[in-house]
Amino acid sequence: MLLIPCPWCGPREDDEFTFGGEADIPRPADPAALTDEQWADYLFMRDNRRGHHREQWYHTAGCRRWFIVERDTVTNEILGASTYGDSQ
Amino acid sequence: MQFYSLPNLIRRGLRGHRDWTPAWRKAEPKPSYDVVIVGAGGHGLATAYYLAKLHGVSNVAVLERGWLGGGNIGRNTAIVRSNYLWDASAHIYEFSLKLWESLSQELNYNVMFSQRGLLNIGHSEQEMRDLARRVGANQLNGIDAELLSTDQVSKLVPILNTSPDTRYPVLGGTLQRRGGVARHDAVAWGYARAADALGVDIVENCEVTGIRTANGRVTSLETTRGEIRAGAVGLVVAGNASVLASMAGIRLPILSHPLQALVTEPLKPVFDPVVMSSAVHVYIHQTDRGELVLGAGIDAPVSYDLNGNFRIIEHVLAAVCELFPIFSRVRMLRQWAGTVDVCPDASPIISGTPIKGLFMNCGWGTGGFKATPGSGWVFAHTLAHQEPHPLNAPFSLDRFTTGALIDEHGAAAVAH
Repeated sequence: MLLIPCPWCGPREDDEFTFGGEADIPRPADPAALTDEQWADYLFMRDNRRGHHREQWYHTAGCRRWFIVERDTVTNEILGASTYGDSQ
Repeated sequence: MQFYSLPNLIRRGLRGHRDWTPAWRKAEPKPSYDVVIVGAGGHGLATAYYLAKLHGVSNVAVLERGWLGGGNIGRNTAIVRSNYLWDASAHIYEFSLKLWESLSQELNYNVMFSQRGLLNIGHSEQEMRDLARRVGANQLNGIDAELLSTDQVSKLVPILNTSPDTRYPVLGGTLQRRGGVARHDAVAWGYARAADALGVDIVENCEVTGIRTANGRVTSLETTRGEIRAGAVGLVVAGNASVLASMAGIRLPILSHPLQALVTEPLKPVFDPVVMSSAVHVYIHQTDRGELVLGAGIDAPVSYDLNGNFRIIEHVLAAVCELFPIFSRVRMLRQWAGTVDVCPDASPIISGTPIKGLFMNCGWGTGGFKATPGSGWVFAHTLAHQEPHPLNAPFSLDRFTTGALIDEHGAAAVAH
């Protein structure tokens, strides 16, 4: 079980959350200008990092807000959490 | 290679079993090979075996970071079937199933392949319609498949709770009689022994730390046991596919997740086939030793940890108790996880890459075990000819750019 530190609600069991995949993948500003390779990269390709990983979580059964968690994908240690505003 | 047979067993038995030699050598890495395969799991060892056997390429090394067969080949739930919906999948899995049927003889190693039948049960009218569609698709592809009524399911597995007043009533099922299970460790050991006998070097405790290229072509691998030059490189590392690919600057559409399994204490034989339910979500079979082997879905977050989340265990056991009330007091002996490499379309990547001479066989996700022989066969062809076999041509890396995905999520009876 993971204890997810929601920036608004504090630490809660992972059962309350939905995992939202890798963070920092911005939607292309001008989608029509992308090549097929760039679309494939945006849609499908992921770093899938072994170790330090920035990822999105959604507090489904809580405040229903998205935020960013930093976690080690080998040890599952939670290294921090931030809102989208914090990280920019 | 010492041939395993009854006369040899008796002959050596009379001499006190003192002159058996190890099944394969502990090879030291040479400075250069025609082909280097990274990952001594089932798919990697099968690839090496078929390279030497069918293509005459025996100057081959299989490098393994840990120990032979310590990854997903020893962590799966050993289920073999070929009842996939889409043609591309059906063809490669059915080709594999045919190889399974003679694998013990082929390798002179008992992989204990047991075609005890594989039953998928349906719990809603929509699910029954989907199962009927898949049975039709399977039959058109020459794959044995039958649609069963609730009564037929009940007759096949009397201990399954098929009463109509359960939360998820069993409305019927599909049966692939040629499906079953195999002894998964023996598959790795059998391929290792047969490949070794053909001259393949299997090098354990040899971690790849870098991939060197020149002019867009792979030249060598940096490893913890020195640099190894290679004419061609095949990466067959399952959950660590993204990590290895990133050493060559390649991004993959793969996410790594823990997939858990459990084993119970041994029981007397109580049911024959493998039973899978996508809706309640569990798959279960009884081993020859009498243990129940249970599995279900992946842990949702990306992770390389080999423990897994306890909630999954809770879910698996709830599903088992729902379907088989008779097992409610059975105790669990062991639990473990493997790191599975899941593609967005739940289909593998058996393909060349933008770097010449560098090939990948990955993305098998939660269902790679059943494909081990066929995967090795077509990947050996791909490495030997530097182009795909017709069976793996659809499973290219560039399908994510062209859009020609092979969407098996939900189509192929979900649970593996």
